[in-house]
Amino acid sequence: MRGQKYIFLLPGLLVLLAIILFPLLFTIRVSLSAWGVSQPGLNWIGIENYVGVLRDQRFWQAMVRLGFLAVGTVIIEYVLGFSMALLVWRDIRFRRVFRVLFLVPMMTTPVIMAVIWRTIFHESLGPANDLLGRIGIAPVPWLTNETMAMVSVMIVEIWLWTPFMFLLLLSGLLSQPREPFLAAAIDGAGPVRTFFNVTFPLMAPISVSALVIRLIEASKIMETVYVLTSGGPGTATETASYYIYIRGLRDFEIGYASSLSITYLIIMIVALTIIAKVLVRTMIGKQA
Amino acid sequence: MPGLYRTLKYAAVLLWSAFVVAPLLWALTTSFKTINGVTGGATYIPWLDYKPSLEGWRELFNTSGTGVNIGQPFIDSAIVTLGASAISLVLGTLAAYGLSRFTYRAGFIRNRDIVFFFISQRIMPPIVLAIPFFLMLKFLGLLDSIPGLILVYIALLLPIAVWVMVDFFNNVPREIDEMAMLDGCTPIGAFIRVVLPNSLPGVVVAGLFCIIFGWNDFFFAFTLTFTRTQLLPVAIVALNSTVTPWWSLSASSLISVAPLVVVAFLVEKFLSRGTLAGAIR
Repeated sequence: MRGQKYIFLLPGLLVLLAIILFPLLFTIRVSLSAWGVSQPGLNWIGIENYVGVLRDQRFWQAMVRLGFLAVGTVIIEYVLGFSMALLVWRDIRFRRVFRVLFLVPMMTTPVIMAVIWRTIFHESLGPANDLLGRIGIAPVPWLTNETMAMVSVMIVEIWLWTPFMFLLLLSGLLSQPREPFLAAAIDGAGPVRTFFNVTFPLMAPISVSALVIRLIEASKIMETVYVLTSGGPGTATETASYYIYIRGLRDFEIGYASSLSITYLIIMIVALTIIAKVLVRTMIGKQA
Repeated sequence: MPGLYRTLKYAAVLLWSAFVVAPLLWALTTSFKTINGVTGGATYIPWLDYKPSLEGWRELFNTSGTGVNIGQPFIDSAIVTLGASAISLVLGTLAAYGLSRFTYRAGFIRNRDIVFFFISQRIMPPIVLAIPFFLMLKFLGLLDSIPGLILVYIALLLPIAVWVMVDFFNNVPREIDEMAMLDGCTPIGAFIRVVLPNSLPGVVVAGLFCIIFGWNDFFFAFTLTFTRTQLLPVAIVALNSTVTPWWSLSASSLISVAPLVVVAFLVEKFLSRGTLAGAIR
């Protein structure tokens, strides 16, 4: 009887430990070696790679860029996703059609849709510049200008992932009790006041988890970058994951790339923990 | 004033709808083009702007050397996604039920730490795992094979299944299993006979999430396969070169998106019914 509870937990836990633990421990070990094209296999060079990481400007620039990209897109996704969730929540015709429609991008394969977006952004043959041209706007160098390349990556990320935000927030809205909204209506509160005094506070816990979940996923951005710009022009859109990919799997500097990976992972865990704590405090803490 | 408000509301919803469908419509129209419909600048409406052709679609099932042949990658993708989702779902549902009903203790580790361990795997960037996964599969002789990919995908999908199911089981009243156990069921019997049938919506939602993330993964399929096994996203992205055949690229992307549009309908159904509220939080 008492032993039976382990039959539930252990299979899943052991499988995950087996699949994850080896790679993680192995990566830590490799990060202390000079494994590369000229030195294949494990040796021991101590923390030399990590000293290199600290001095690696390209990596830190990629980290900063990733931070900007992840936080920027997630905030825009939150605003758009929340707005759309509120709009198709109730009192609108064909709401179920719109709901399905708004979910579709999340179901598509990011890397494949990024290829389609690349054809859209094509400077001379793509529809983006063609349509802008028709209203008299000069062609935009979507993928070849440093700033615009960043904007293009953000547009694609927002297209892909606003639906996920929308899904989490709409399911939260649909599970809210009716009474607070009725009370606000009886008090004669308009839509704006109802939102700030009732809807937003009620949705705060869900908002926090939606933001954190999306930040976790966004911190891994690399596939859209790989397809759209290959990190370019120059290194203008290179994110941390993509830079590690170049050093590790393309240049085959496995040892150095592993130490980059571990540094990246630690920064992510620390940053996400801090962000989650701050979000909980600012968005939920006040009412508590 | 209410009239203006309503107009703005519909305008916003329609504008966002246009943004959402635009790339898919562009892919649809491009899939019927030939080289002439592409190199002359952007064209939109078949017959009017360009002469439609089925060449892009035909290429996909052309198994001779010049074709793209998307059939086998499609089947491989389906096997890997469904296989990994099914295993993750079974393991994840069991673990989530245990974590929601029993207390586990090992030293300072409590239930919430175990739940956190499962979910925190999503933080792990794929690039961190790619190199060791490569070596691990090579050691097991599973590189470039379907079982190898299933193994890796379990690591991706199991956290999702646990995440969805723990919250779901926390909302299933404990009285249900307590009644069953009073009637003489063992915990496992109570779970299979009473709890599981009452939790099917949660299981379906968790399964749909596993399928979405499994079907859409690219990175591991890209780094862990070469010639014998090829998954759909890898096969399609391989078309993305300097002389990209936009027509077959578009046709193949629509084929990859199509099965999951069905999933969008299902997710919406659960969403509007309120089932999702308990499952994802």
